[in-house]
Amino acid sequence: MQRYILKRLLAAIPTMAIVGVVVFSIIHLAPGDPAAIMAGEDADYEQVEAMRESMGLLDPIPVQFWRFVSGVAQGDLGESIFSGHKVSALILDRVEPTLSLALLSLSLSILISIPAGVLAAWKMNSVFDRVVMILALTGYAVPYFALGYVIIFLLAVQVEWFPAGGYIYLSEDFWGYLHHLLLPSFVLGFAGSALITRMTRATMLEVLKEDYVRTARSKGLGETIVLLRHAFRNAANPVLTVIGFSIAGFISGVVITETVFAIPGMGRLITESIAQRDFQIIQSTILVVALIYVLVNLTIDILYVFVDPRIRYDS
Amino acid sequence: MSNKTDAQDLAFQGLREKVPWHKAALRAVLRNPNMLIGIVFISLVVTLALLCPLLIKLGILRDPFVFDPLNRLLPPGRSEEGDLFLFGTGPLGRDIFSMVIYGSRISLVVGLSVAILAAVIGSAIGIIAGYFSRLDDIVMRFMDGIMAIPGILLAIVLMAILGPKLENVIFALTVVDAPRTSRIVRSVVLTIRESQYVDAANAFGASKTRILLRHIAPNTFAPVIVQATFLFASAILSEASLSFLGAGVPPDIPTWGNIIGEGRIYFIGNSNIVILPSLGLFFLALAVNMFGDGLRDSLDPKLRGKT
Repeated sequence: MQRYILKRLLAAIPTMAIVGVVVFSIIHLAPGDPAAIMAGEDADYEQVEAMRESMGLLDPIPVQFWRFVSGVAQGDLGESIFSGHKVSALILDRVEPTLSLALLSLSLSILISIPAGVLAAWKMNSVFDRVVMILALTGYAVPYFALGYVIIFLLAVQVEWFPAGGYIYLSEDFWGYLHHLLLPSFVLGFAGSALITRMTRATMLEVLKEDYVRTARSKGLGETIVLLRHAFRNAANPVLTVIGFSIAGFISGVVITETVFAIPGMGRLITESIAQRDFQIIQSTILVVALIYVLVNLTIDILYVFVDPRIRYDS
Repeated sequence: MSNKTDAQDLAFQGLREKVPWHKAALRAVLRNPNMLIGIVFISLVVTLALLCPLLIKLGILRDPFVFDPLNRLLPPGRSEEGDLFLFGTGPLGRDIFSMVIYGSRISLVVGLSVAILAAVIGSAIGIIAGYFSRLDDIVMRFMDGIMAIPGILLAIVLMAILGPKLENVIFALTVVDAPRTSRIVRSVVLTIRESQYVDAANAFGASKTRILLRHIAPNTFAPVIVQATFLFASAILSEASLSFLGAGVPPDIPTWGNIIGEGRIYFIGNSNIVILPSLGLFFLALAVNMFGDGLRDSLDPKLRGKT
């Protein structure tokens, strides 16, 4: 067990290294001279050169790369080219909205999709099943921002049940926080549940055909116990994999949803930084997001073992 | 002599009747209503998109690039002078209907290019990684690294570096999607590599290139083509997202994402600017997905009903 976890942890290292290289290349491929931007518009050649020197841009690339890596390892993500603020502090400010939105929408989509998928498989070809499958098909095709605007229009403008956007910090007012997050989380959760629903239904359909399910039924066990204990537990693994896949989709969705609902999260930070061509922020934020993504998938890999003890974790 | 039909004769020999591919395709489409709906809608959009320049030239459609400040933000319907604006006008007075029709061209070009490029490049990488086990680890770790960066973020960053251009959007989305295709193809190749017919080809002394091109590559074709349809739909949505976030094609080109991005601050009073192109986006992506579902069901019956 511990060896399995250790192995998984070690496997994540090369992935993160590649992410590091990709992200590091960004600032070197980016057009425009970061030193010139930092020195200001009316800096002369010497001032720009001095800035370049102080930013370490004259060092050989491997040296710069090493400095970048060791900085990241110590939690130093550099300074914003535009404002000079510490990037780690800027990101830290934005973590709460993004994480709240991602977690709430993920929970919502799991709460919607797993029961929907299980019931749709149980009542295959029923009206309920048809409706669920049609909704799942539309969930694939619906653009987040369009759904967001439609929902704002209906629930925030027409009936004013919810605020049209903005964010309240958890420490300020819990109900306000929840109230502001509910619409964006629903938008993201609905779009995200399409894939999970389809996967749950498909695996459940297969598992429900198994002999042990028939045996459980013929023993006279109730349908709820058969569905949950005998069938769903065996279907849980592929579902977990798909949830892992869809985390990337959630992160992408968060960027767009934050823009639609004016939520000051990491996604907004990236889009704002792109408008300002602040590659230091872009580079570091992407790195943090990728790290979160790798960690989440690592957690899911480890969760497999608990969900399905048949997994051989010594191989 | 018995009067058995040819079909019975074939069935007796345990063989299937040989059906020409176009008949088989037609049968598959007619059997699957979802696929039929998808194809009809896609054909409609493609026809309109192709005819768009002609319609503009004939004066049936207004030029989507012409600003008309006197007629800005009109609701759908006739203006006071009696000119028909089917979908209303945008904040610069451009006709939304012709912008939506014109925008479909961009969506289709991006979707098709990304689907083809990502499928071809992803397959090549997947086949190489799957067949040459020495390269497998290095190549796939690199792909994992790219896939660890959420797609839209990677695309945004590439666009920020490359600048707003249609070719760059296609390039950025290809970089995002090719690794995902390569992973699917690789897993298929890993199974085929162990199959008996590859062993047989090896025993006959076939060269590696021959085995790759004649025995392995053709068998990855079905999953790749199905994957390509889903890439097509997701590329359409991603292109719109990029434009919407201001990191896509130049803002003056009427793409669906640009129209929505331009109209979003007028959403409360003029929701038509956002809703109508969104509907176009939604129905096209839906149609392509329905087509893809049907295609997968008919190419690989084992996968029927799966995601």
